[in-house]
Amino acid sequence: MQTENIYQYILRIADDSFILGHRLSEWCGHGPILEEDIALTNFALDFIGQANILYDYCAELKKNVTNADEIAFLRKEIEYKNLILVELPNGDFAQTMLRQYLFDCFRIHFFDMLSNSSDDFLQAFAQKALLETKYHYKHSSEWILRLGIGTSLSNEKMQNALNYVMKYSNELFFMDEVDQDLISQNIGVDLAIIQTIWEKEVVAHLTKANLKIPSEKNTFYVGRKGKHSEFFGYILTDVQYMQRTYPNMQW
Amino acid sequence: MVVIEDIWKELEEVKDPEIPVLSIVDLGIVSSVQLDSTRIVVQIIPTYTSCPAMNVIKNEITKLLSEIGEVEVKIVLSPKWTSDLITEKGKKILKEYGISPPNSDFNQEVECPRCNSKDTFLVSNFGSTACKAHYKCKQCLEPFDYFKCHK
Repeated sequence: MQTENIYQYILRIADDSFILGHRLSEWCGHGPILEEDIALTNFALDFIGQANILYDYCAELKKNVTNADEIAFLRKEIEYKNLILVELPNGDFAQTMLRQYLFDCFRIHFFDMLSNSSDDFLQAFAQKALLETKYHYKHSSEWILRLGIGTSLSNEKMQNALNYVMKYSNELFFMDEVDQDLISQNIGVDLAIIQTIWEKEVVAHLTKANLKIPSEKNTFYVGRKGKHSEFFGYILTDVQYMQRTYPNMQW
Repeated sequence: MVVIEDIWKELEEVKDPEIPVLSIVDLGIVSSVQLDSTRIVVQIIPTYTSCPAMNVIKNEITKLLSEIGEVEVKIVLSPKWTSDLITEKGKKILKEYGISPPNSDFNQEVECPRCNSKDTFLVSNFGSTACKAHYKCKQCLEPFDYFKCHK
């Protein structure tokens, strides 16, 4: 039971990184300027790297799982536990950066608190991932300001992106019995604490960027239960293609 | 008779594939070496979680040391790698190679590796590899890579 809960907990972090990493990799060769193309693919590399380490560890925890590739590429849709937020389409650059900012702001506090986990692996992982997340956060939060207070057109694009993406942010703070069990052992993080800090920071930053906070919010929490948006099937078709076509293939 | 110092010396032959002048010892990613009669255990720590060079480095170490004895290379997350673990020699090598070595704190000015001017500006925090940022010197106008402060 204990192992199962830790497995599920790590899988959620890993799937968020994996799917967001894939989404960001779609920008490769399409960035608005060369530097931004490189930045977005660097982000993607970091997220896929995080997922790789976490899936490796998951494979060690489960006796019937051979390796990280099996977890990454051969699960069914309902077995992926990522947030809807990270599977949303990239949209334009404004939408990608806004999704990134909301997620980075969550991750920076999440990894910061997880750095004190009583689980040795999670503690070491969080301390390591926090360093690169700080660079992500700096980058995405600067873009929010730059575009928000840039021109009337860039502001309009950011506002549209915010109206679309913000309503998916509630799910970041979803907790169930897995979280409660691990919080009680000082392994997991109490997301309610992060929610308070996150909301305050995000509202302040978006307001500074001349953006209006939309009031509409979703109240469904489905990603962690393996239910996904209509976009997810297309992502899986892409990422699973090689393993499904050539089973057990390796680079 | 092989002693631990010999192993460390051998490891200086293994270079970071993305910065081929810099040894993994000077990069600070060899966290420990254990020698037990003929069995060698080397622990290495990744610079970034996403460092794609780790497996290449692991294979290189195994290939090199298997001439001495049985080798096991472990990639571990702890201790945490920071840019402060790069040796002084390593920083000198980076600079000669044209990469500005990492500062020990985020607020220090980045120095141009060619003309030593501190009159430089950040082009992008994300460069040719995960560990580097892209800068330009205002004095000699050369663009250059900066090995990011990471701690």
